[in-house]
Amino acid sequence: MRSNLEPRAPWGLKLAALLCVLFLHVPLLLIFLYAFTTEEKSYQFPPPAYTTKWFAVVWERQDIWDAIWLSVKIASIATAVALVLGTLAAAALWKSRFIGKDYISLLFILPIALPGIITGIALRSAFNVADIPFSMWTIILGHATFCIVVVFNNALARFRRLSGSMIEASMDLGADGFQTFRYVVLPQIGSALLAGGMLAFALSFDEVIVTTFTAGTGVDAKTLPIWMLDELIRPRQRPVTNVVAIFVMCVTFIPILAAYYLTRDAEHTAGAGK
Amino acid sequence: MFGRDFKMTLSNATVAVRFQDVSRHFGNVRAVDAVDLDIARGEFFAMLGPSGSGKTTCLRLIAGFEQPTSGHIEIFGETAEGVPPYRRAVNTVFQDYALFPHMNVLDNVAYGLMVKGVDRNQRLAKSEEALKLVALAGYGSRKPGQLSGGQRQRVALARALVNEPKVLLLDEPLGALDLKLREQMQVELKSLQRKLGITFIFVTHDQGEALSMADRVAIFNEGRIVQVGRPEDVYERPQTRFVADFVGSSNVLSPDFTKACGLGANWSSLRPEKIRVLSAKEKAARDVVSFPAQVTSVHYQGAITRINTRVKGDQVLSVSAPAAGLALGDKLTLAWPRSAMHVMGGEA
Repeated sequence: MRSNLEPRAPWGLKLAALLCVLFLHVPLLLIFLYAFTTEEKSYQFPPPAYTTKWFAVVWERQDIWDAIWLSVKIASIATAVALVLGTLAAAALWKSRFIGKDYISLLFILPIALPGIITGIALRSAFNVADIPFSMWTIILGHATFCIVVVFNNALARFRRLSGSMIEASMDLGADGFQTFRYVVLPQIGSALLAGGMLAFALSFDEVIVTTFTAGTGVDAKTLPIWMLDELIRPRQRPVTNVVAIFVMCVTFIPILAAYYLTRDAEHTAGAGK
Repeated sequence: MFGRDFKMTLSNATVAVRFQDVSRHFGNVRAVDAVDLDIARGEFFAMLGPSGSGKTTCLRLIAGFEQPTSGHIEIFGETAEGVPPYRRAVNTVFQDYALFPHMNVLDNVAYGLMVKGVDRNQRLAKSEEALKLVALAGYGSRKPGQLSGGQRQRVALARALVNEPKVLLLDEPLGALDLKLREQMQVELKSLQRKLGITFIFVTHDQGEALSMADRVAIFNEGRIVQVGRPEDVYERPQTRFVADFVGSSNVLSPDFTKACGLGANWSSLRPEKIRVLSAKEKAARDVVSFPAQVTSVHYQGAITRINTRVKGDQVLSVSAPAAGLALGDKLTLAWPRSAMHVMGGEA
C-alpha cells in the first residue's frame, strides 16, 4: 500500500512514463488492429473496414501449422537440453571451488552477450567443419547455446541462496544423494528452473538470426519467425502475418509473465527459511 | 563421575567416540593435528577453542562430512572412515539450524524417518512426540520462517533426536541466540541430555557455556587438544598458558614473578577473583603473598569491578573485587593465598 507520506511523482515524470509506455505498446496495438483489416495489400490507416476472415485463412493454411509445430518442437527440445545442462553446470559451479571458476561462469554467460550473428556464424562453420548436415537438430543445438545461459543464471542464483548446510543436514538425517536432490534441492530450485525454462522457451520460439545460420533448407528450416519474415516480402494477404503475430505474442507472453510471477513469489518465501 | 585423572583411558565398552592419532589437513593447513581422544557413552562433552582451532573439523569428522587425512575414528566400536554421513548413527544440530524452508515443522522433524522409509502414521506420531520433548507441541504445521530463533533451534534439536542417534553433535548450538535465551537453552539442553542419556558432543568458543554444561571439556588450539578434563580441572588447574588465558581470564605469571612468590621458576596462573585488595592497616597472614601495586585501569562490571594493576617489574595483574572506589594511578596492596597459584608444566 502506498502511504500518504510518500512523495508523489511530479506530473512531468508521470507524463514521461506515460509516453514511454505508449512508445512501447502502440506498435503492438497496431498489429492487433491490422489483423482485422479488409485491406490486404497495404497498411492503410484507418482500415477501410473490419473482418475476422483472416483468422479463418490462417486456420486453413498448412504451411503456418507446419511452421508453428516446428517452432514448438525446437523450443521444447532446446529448453529440455538447457534445463538438464544448465542445472548441472550451475550445481557444479556452486558446489566446487577451483582456480578460474569466475572465468568459467563468464564463459557460460557469454553466448547471451554475444550478438546472435556471431553465434550463428560460429555454429555454422563448426557444423561445416564437423560435417554435420543442417537439419532441425542443428537449429536445436544453436538455440540451446543461449537457452542454457538463461537456465544456468536462474539456477545459480537460486543455488546461492540455498545454504550448504541444508544439504549436509539432509545427508546427516539419512538421505542419500538422490533423496537429497529430490526432497531438498529440487523443491527449492524448482520454481527457478520453471522460470528459466519458460524464458528459454520464449527466447527460442522467436529467434531468427541463429536460426537462419543453423537451418538447412525445406520444411525443416521454416520456423515460425522465419516464415513471418518470408511472408513480409510477399504483397498478398498481409493481415495473415498479423494474425500469426498475435498468436506468437500470446505464446511468448504467457510464459514470460508466468516466469515473472514465479520468481517473484519465490523471492518472497526463500529468504524466510534462514 | 570421571575421577581425578581426566586422561584415564576408557574401556572399549564405554567409548562412544574414539579418535586415534587423527589428522585432517587442508593443503598446508593442519586443521586437526594428531588428536587422540576418548568420549564416553552418555557423556556431555564440550569442544572448546578459538575459531580455527580445529574443533568444528573434529565434529565434522564424527558426522562424516570430512574424512581424516590419517588416523582412525571409531563410533561405538565401529570404524567410521569411509562410512558416509547417511549411514552413521550420529545426528547433527547445525549452527544455522539448516531447517528445510519448504517443509513445515512436522515434515522437517519427520524427514529422517521419511527417507528411511518409516510409514507415514508412525513417523508423524514419533515427530509429534519429539516436538513435545522440545516444548513445541502444536507447532507442527508452521513453516520454519514463522518461528523465532529459539524455536528454530528446538526444531533442529527435535529433527535430530527423532532419529534416536547414539551421538548427538551440536555445532555452536546457541551461538545465534540472545543472552537470555542462551542461558535458558543451556539449562534445557543439559536436562534433556540427562533425561535421554544420549552422548552429546558440542562445539563452542564460549568458555562459560562449556564450563556450565559439559561433563568434560577438551580445549583446542591450532588443531591440537591442549587439555581435556572436567570443567573445574581446566578452570582451576590449567596445564598451559593458553588454557589459563582462554578459559576464564586468568592472570598468567612469569617464571620470575612466580619465584618471587616463593614457588619454582615456572609459569603459573592466578584467577582474578582469588586476589584481595588489602586495606592499609591489614597485615598479610602466613602463606599469603602480598605485593604493592598501581592501578592502570578500572572497569565497572556491575556485581564486580575489574581492576587492572601493574605489580613488580612488568607483571600485570587483573583483580576482580566488589566496587571499591579506586581510581587510575592509586597505589594499593594486593594479597592472595599461595595455594591459589597454579604452577604450569613447561613452556607453552
